Amino acid sequence: MMATPAAGAVPAAVLLAADRVGRKFGSFTAVQDVTLHLGPGEVVGLLGANGAGKTTLIRMLLGLLGTTMGEVELLGGPPDLERRRHLGYVPQGLGLYRDLTVSENLAFSAQAYGTAPPDLPEALRKGAGRLVAELPLGLQRQLAFLIALAHDPAVLVLDEPTSGVDALARATLWDTIHEQAEEGVGVLVTTHNMAEAEQCDRLMLMSAARLVAQGSEADIIGPTTALAIRTDDWARAFAVLNKAGQPVMLAGRDVRVADAEADLVRRILADAGVNAEVSGVRATIEERMMVLSRAPEGP
Amino acid sequence: MTYGVRSGVVWFGATLALDDVSLIVEPGSVVAVVGGDGAGKTTLLRSLVGKVRLERGEVDAPPPEAIGYLPATAGSWLSLTVAQNMDFVGGIYGLSGQELVSRRDELLERASLSSSADRLASQLSGGMRRKLGFSMAMVHDPPLLVLDEPSTGIDPVSRVDLWRLVSEAAAAGAAVVMSTTYLDEAERAASLLALDGGRTLANGTLADVLASFNGTITRISTPHRRAWAWRRGREYHEYWPTDTAVPSGAVTVTPDLEDVVITMSMLKRREREPA
Repeated sequence: MMATPAAGAVPAAVLLAADRVGRKFGSFTAVQDVTLHLGPGEVVGLLGANGAGKTTLIRMLLGLLGTTMGEVELLGGPPDLERRRHLGYVPQGLGLYRDLTVSENLAFSAQAYGTAPPDLPEALRKGAGRLVAELPLGLQRQLAFLIALAHDPAVLVLDEPTSGVDALARATLWDTIHEQAEEGVGVLVTTHNMAEAEQCDRLMLMSAARLVAQGSEADIIGPTTALAIRTDDWARAFAVLNKAGQPVMLAGRDVRVADAEADLVRRILADAGVNAEVSGVRATIEERMMVLSRAPEGP
Repeated sequence: MTYGVRSGVVWFGATLALDDVSLIVEPGSVVAVVGGDGAGKTTLLRSLVGKVRLERGEVDAPPPEAIGYLPATAGSWLSLTVAQNMDFVGGIYGLSGQELVSRRDELLERASLSSSADRLASQLSGGMRRKLGFSMAMVHDPPLLVLDEPSTGIDPVSRVDLWRLVSEAAAAGAAVVMSTTYLDEAERAASLLALDGGRTLANGTLADVLASFNGTITRISTPHRRAWAWRRGREYHEYWPTDTAVPSGAVTVTPDLEDVVITMSMLKRREREPA
């Protein structure tokens, strides 16, 4: 279901577009041949390991960094200052002035955008006179959101918006994100928390500068499979598979191996005298990413 | 030998940082302490390693030289190389000569840091730095390993790597406790302790925690009671206590750890701030 853009939002089928963009730093290619379209009301999750190129891509999308290949279009044109007024951005470091109070931070950004300071939710109202540095992280994140949303942006770019906060604070932040999307805002979000993939309408996975998969969680996981190993002696199963160089992972009292041959795993376990039941299961996004990182030439 | 904290209470001035919290850490297993900023995770782990004194309650821990501790904020000296960091900590624990060299090389190899041995810690990525901190905490092969948020803020691939290191330590017999903000890590641990505002939300194996949940969770596009609902993608999950009738036709879901932790957090906070 696609929400209709709210009055005042810029009507466009695509709010933010990157067409085959790339970026080189000297001989190093940080981003190569990435195409991305963000429409009104969409929540798109950008996933990838460190060094995959997410941050460079985001900086190009925000107009903070030029491309060395391809074009970025924000609201139908280049991401210049005027168009960037319709962007809301919450960086990983939150971008707040830690040595100013909550009210002072709000007043500063309101003045920069020429808008009125937004109304504060109760939790922040109580702390309006406190220095940002003294606030719990969950409240700091709420404040950064409030500031990013105060000028009614058409596009919201969020870099790791929920890092470090508890499950309930995370749910509150996702509420805000979905409310924005329902009003027609296009949202691009990065996360290291793969459980949050379910919060996104669409996912994009980057690895080694390229976009390697996109779509639903199943599309991202693609052909990657995993084995679940049920045994009374997980420690020994883990140890022998680890020693054999298998990408092994502990899950409760079970052991998992991503992208492995069941026969080989059974043989390794049998040779070590470990009694185990080996069955094929759906891989996780992490496992897909781990497999990609072991084969840097891509899928 | 089982380690842990029994009914621990800690006050910081007027703030009750830990309110009757118990933690059990058994050899050969990983316990995850899960919660957000300010939940009490660090205070609990610091009380276990003897850096915070309990007001009430008891700590069962081995002597300091038998504990490996990775603090949340530091873990390595940025102006030393990877190898120097390892050697320095190894020296503190009385390792020297060939013994130190072989232990260091083995740990760096396991953490895929061998090729970075001569790099300054300040030049490492966040994930590599946490792996270095982990290796330093492991240098004296401690029976109790206490890791404060080893995985916060690092990317999923490094997290998988770290989890493998943590599992290796447990497989070799260490009692491991790690704090985390990620529920999936708590799900993967042998048992978990969920904290919120210094209080216990849930405790036990994943199966125990899920089984202890009372009430019903429904899935719905427009919640009946907004204050008791939270997003799961475009839809909401909504909590219904056992004494409340679930609306007819509502779609019931089997609660997962996220549903349970969110519900318990809501209930605990409601308790603390009566309407």
